[in-house]
Amino acid sequence: MPDIILKIENLQRIFEVGSEKVHALRGISFVVNKGEFVSIMGASGSGKSTLLNILGCLDRPTAGEYYIDGNPISKCSKDELSTLRNRKIGFVFQSYNLLARTSALENVELPLLYNNAISSKERKEKAVYALEQVGLQGRMDHMPNQLSGGQQQRVAIARALINDPVILLADEATGNLDTRTSYEIMTLFQKLNDEGKTIAFVTHEPDIAQLTQRTIALRDGHIISDQNIEQKSAKEALDALPPSDTE
Amino acid sequence: MNIYNLLKIAYKALVRNKTRAGLTMLGIIIGIASVIAMVSLGQSSSLSINEQISQTGTNMVMVLRSFQVQGGVNIGSGSIQTLVVKDAEAIKERVPHVEFVSPVVQSSGQLVYGANNWPGSIQGGDVPYFTIRKYEVDRGTPYTEEDVRTAAKVCLLGQTVIDNLFPNGEEPLGKTVRFGNIPFKVIGTLVAKGQNAMGQDQDDIILAPYTTVQKRILAITFIHSIIISADDESNVQNVMDNVTTLMRSQHKIREGNQDDFNVRSQQQMLQMMDSITGFLTILLAAIASISLIVGGIGIMNIMYVTVTERTKEIGLRMAIGAKNRDILLQFLTESTILSLIGGIIGILLGLCLSFLASNLLHWPFIISIPAVGGSFFVCAATGIFFGWYPAKKAASLDPINALRYE
Repeated sequence: MPDIILKIENLQRIFEVGSEKVHALRGISFVVNKGEFVSIMGASGSGKSTLLNILGCLDRPTAGEYYIDGNPISKCSKDELSTLRNRKIGFVFQSYNLLARTSALENVELPLLYNNAISSKERKEKAVYALEQVGLQGRMDHMPNQLSGGQQQRVAIARALINDPVILLADEATGNLDTRTSYEIMTLFQKLNDEGKTIAFVTHEPDIAQLTQRTIALRDGHIISDQNIEQKSAKEALDALPPSDTE
Repeated sequence: MNIYNLLKIAYKALVRNKTRAGLTMLGIIIGIASVIAMVSLGQSSSLSINEQISQTGTNMVMVLRSFQVQGGVNIGSGSIQTLVVKDAEAIKERVPHVEFVSPVVQSSGQLVYGANNWPGSIQGGDVPYFTIRKYEVDRGTPYTEEDVRTAAKVCLLGQTVIDNLFPNGEEPLGKTVRFGNIPFKVIGTLVAKGQNAMGQDQDDIILAPYTTVQKRILAITFIHSIIISADDESNVQNVMDNVTTLMRSQHKIREGNQDDFNVRSQQQMLQMMDSITGFLTILLAAIASISLIVGGIGIMNIMYVTVTERTKEIGLRMAIGAKNRDILLQFLTESTILSLIGGIIGILLGLCLSFLASNLLHWPFIISIPAVGGSFFVCAATGIFFGWYPAKKAASLDPINALRYE
């Protein structure tokens, strides 16, 4: 029996806007097992951002339950949620969210500053290792403004990897990148997935979703489809692109 | 979160914005520097005044003529003629702890030597006058008891008078100067004393036997005041009390009637000056602390703007596991570091300023430990107090909204 990383049961999230109630999620359930590479698709307003916030322990469901690595979160305090985010989750954002005027290495170290169990020596070693994993060993002392978009996103991925999370949550992680760089980043995600990382990838681009193993599609707060798909290789997609003359 | 990590995070956040951090600190630097400089200068000035008053003798007691009211009209002290030489003799004989006594009679008029003249003030005293008022003879000799007895027309000149009457550096000793119509032989010059606490030039003086001034210049029988020195500073009050009692009986003043004299001491003067300079110091410090408050508000202002500007950073920190408390502490630490570093620079700057100023004014340089300690404490308090509100605002941000903030 595979290890269950995420388990959500009849998840609902209702926002109260003035006197109106907005049902962002209307009772959805699914399970993500260890080693899966899931894409979550949906148009804007489908509830995928709300779902991602809950999966990322940034928000709590109105009803239903969400277990991450066996921990139910609806009873968690804010501080406990912070700790879960720090230990269990690696976030990758569309706009990278790196600290300006801070070297790649220090950006990657950031999550471990909020973890007292890690010494500064250990922190540095882990940051170096994480940067090597994303192929940026030569650029550790570069500031974000000295890095290209793809490189910045790699730094962000290294930052997400440093605490060895049970799941990587990517929110439109290729949304700000051109096609070629998007495929490069997806190649990296596929490599990490091959090495055993569980990844949930929120996107609205079908060709990016094709590079994952399973697609959950949302519409109006419901799951409209949840199916395993035939994963395409990002590397092959990259090779298939016409040679670029810009780089 | 441990303190080391906290300091590291706050430090890095500040270093990322060096210019802004520097400008924010500037307010605190100016505030603290002005408080330190004001307090330190206030204390220097009061010490310098004390020293100057002590120069004229802290054990000195003066008996002055009091004002008099005749038929409801205050006619001042000028007309009182009851203070006489006998009073001085009685004090010398009967009051314990009195070391020296000298009657004082003064007059002012034009002093002439050759083509030069100078409006001078002549102080007539007895031989002990020099000791009591701490005047030292530079060249020549002081007048003698014989001179006093015979109302000899001799005088000693202060440096200012010499400079004006003998501008070409002539030797004044042995020369005859005219005070009004009366010729005086210059028998000595006085060592320069400089200005007194009130800014009066103590060298603009002519000393002569009181009998000469009393009889030859003014032709009066009374004296203007009596100066007394107690044998020790601690006996000044005792002497004052006894002098008062004696003088009342000498002048036959009945119980309940007003004195026609006034007993004063340099110590009273000292206390008065102390209270004036103390008040001024507090006033200056109060004005300076306004700039400190403005500096504090500067910190709050910048921190507040920073929170808005760094909303996304705060969201990110929360997303990767910072607790609300971590964010609160980070911002508080940042503002405290700002105000403490600003405070330290301000303290140093303030000390430099007061050192320069006291050097320039020839005042003693004082480092006021309470002011330095107090400023340091105020800095820390400013950082926490003015950092609290922005920090609270930062910590209460919702991570979802903060992350989406553009």
